[in-house]
Amino acid sequence: MKKLILAAVISAASFGIATAASAGTLDNVKQKGQVVCGANPGTAGFGVPDQQGNWTGLDVEYCRAIAAAIFNDPTKAKFVPLSSKDRFTALASGEVDVLIRNSTWTMSRETTLGIIWAGINYYDGQGFIVNNKLGVKSAKELNGATICVQQGTTTELNVADYFRANKMEYKVVTFGTSEEALKAYDSGRCDSYTTDRSGLAADRLSMTKPDDHTILPEIISKEPLGPVVRQGDDQWLNLVKWVHNALLISEELGVTKANVDEMMKSENPEIKRLLGVEGKFGESLGLSNAWVVQIVKALGNYGEVFDRNVGPSSPLKLVRGSNALWNQGGLQYAPPIR
Amino acid sequence: MSSQISGSHATAKVVFYNDPKFRSRFAQFLLLVAIGLFAYFAYENTSENLRKRNIAQGFGFWDVEAGFDISQTLIAYSAASSYGRAFWVGLLNTLLVSLVSIFFATILGFIIGILRLSRNWIVSRLAGIYIEVFRNIPLLLILYFWYGAVLGALPEPRDSLAIPGDIWLNNRGLLVPRPLITGDILYTVAALGIGIIGAYILARFARRRQAETGERLPVGWISTVLILGLPLLVYLGVGTPLGFDFPEKGRFNLTGGLNLAPEFVAMVVGLSTYTSAFIAETIRAGVLAVSKGQTEASQALGLSRGQTLRLVVVPQALRVIVPPLNSEYLSLTKNSSLGVSIGYPDLVNVFTGTVLNQTGQAIEMVSVTMLVYLTFSLLTSAFMNWFNKRVALVER
Repeated sequence: MKKLILAAVISAASFGIATAASAGTLDNVKQKGQVVCGANPGTAGFGVPDQQGNWTGLDVEYCRAIAAAIFNDPTKAKFVPLSSKDRFTALASGEVDVLIRNSTWTMSRETTLGIIWAGINYYDGQGFIVNNKLGVKSAKELNGATICVQQGTTTELNVADYFRANKMEYKVVTFGTSEEALKAYDSGRCDSYTTDRSGLAADRLSMTKPDDHTILPEIISKEPLGPVVRQGDDQWLNLVKWVHNALLISEELGVTKANVDEMMKSENPEIKRLLGVEGKFGESLGLSNAWVVQIVKALGNYGEVFDRNVGPSSPLKLVRGSNALWNQGGLQYAPPIR
Repeated sequence: MSSQISGSHATAKVVFYNDPKFRSRFAQFLLLVAIGLFAYFAYENTSENLRKRNIAQGFGFWDVEAGFDISQTLIAYSAASSYGRAFWVGLLNTLLVSLVSIFFATILGFIIGILRLSRNWIVSRLAGIYIEVFRNIPLLLILYFWYGAVLGALPEPRDSLAIPGDIWLNNRGLLVPRPLITGDILYTVAALGIGIIGAYILARFARRRQAETGERLPVGWISTVLILGLPLLVYLGVGTPLGFDFPEKGRFNLTGGLNLAPEFVAMVVGLSTYTSAFIAETIRAGVLAVSKGQTEASQALGLSRGQTLRLVVVPQALRVIVPPLNSEYLSLTKNSSLGVSIGYPDLVNVFTGTVLNQTGQAIEMVSVTMLVYLTFSLLTSAFMNWFNKRVALVER
């Protein structure tokens, strides 16, 4: 009987999944004429529509980079705003082609959800934000605090771990979306709000009085954020992975939006391979050999994308830190094109 | 069989496939098989597809450590508890908020419904405005409103409003002293039980006496003394076995005591005000359904207005009221799933929200949740049907 009911319940869902065959995502995207990306509904610097409805942000530009690589046109990207709760289901069911939405790479997600990470485009860690008038200077002083958190995130688990490990008491209030959780924190329901520190920097700007709030220095977790695709389509996984790598290698080799045409004439074999002057690396991905030229012309390299959206040229003013290139003291490292 | 053989009357033998009984049974059997096959196909197809996509399935997660915390737990729960435990926490929170809201919605709805029928023009209009306002605003907005009102109007913990009796009110909720059992409470509970049984027996005795002699006893007064006075006497007699844990000021908030979270308060107020508007209309309809002749007849018999209402109108109105009231209760229980929007940890928030996300097993979570709400609804219906039978017209 239980099985029967279960089956009845899932029948509709099952047909949905069955039709969303995952193989041949690239062909599918080419046929549709656009790449559909799962986006953050509103985190400044990462994914947020502006007043004209144009999407901006680091994650958004990654999606545009994929569109530029495939269609030589960064505008052939469609954005579907997804909450933390819905994002993986939307990806697994084929509603979006790729999910680029501050999603933390964890083992359980990759082993049970049928999805796979294509790289890490932002090394982040979880932090806390508090109101200055509490006089709290460190997360270690949060014993007894009430903390607002968004549902369906790794943050929900990290905060429990942190307080357990430090033998501190706390109260958690869990909300369905980050907007609701933030609103509750801003209106004084909680002493602190917790999420990834990049998100906190963005959220702080959206508070009634941003200067009244401080982000505490502690980083309580590793949050490697990156683009996610469905399992079982290695061609598409490779494409997304190498778009990310190409952005990093471009920065490493000094190829920028401004000088990419000159760089085509470079004698450096690494740059020749990157820009498709030598070899057929683009074709092996199912793209044209000028794929990197298309990306960099449209958006620039990783450093430019970072700077424009979350770095010094943006309201967020985040430092590169872990996200600097490996040869500049950071963690961003791409395998070579050869 | 034997009777057919021994029976001598020769009924015309019908071929079995022309027998209407057989035909209808066979058609139903075919339908059942078709549904069963469809269900089996859907089940197999889904699990096959999930397997192909490396998506986990089954109920293996039930005993796995949950790793997250919940703000309101009626049973012992911590981040080290299992997902299964989290399910029960969510389920009990849903039950709690539904039952408390049903209680208040019924009382509020009854009062508003009666006021709506008042002959006082202003009172009747005011009740009408209340009904129209709450009936016509989406429940989600009502919840946001109350949550915002609760959070916005109340002071921060360090400026808590003090209410006499060590009760504190702030935007973290309502803190009241938590009762602690310090001694033997059993006798007091027993005394309360005896008091209630005594009052019941007394009521029956009084009714019989009135039927025989026409004399009436002051049942109300005696019952009050029995139900309240007796336990109080025993309570004092055995040395007040109840203590209190008082709220105290901590660094961030008041600690200790019993905290009614603002999410819970907003849910109860929101659900009660919304549903009470519908209940009020049901009550009004029920009372208006009792024909005027009934009231006139009871007045002619010399019953007072109160007695008319209590003995003649309400019992008849209940017959009309109970069935729609049942569906209001069902809606309220299902509506409590909106708790996630204001952070109330009900079943949908905890189980279909957090647990689903951590495990990624949507199909299992959603079907379990649907089964739970189905069970709640069936139980509520069963109770209301039983109650409806009790108040139904006994036809002779």
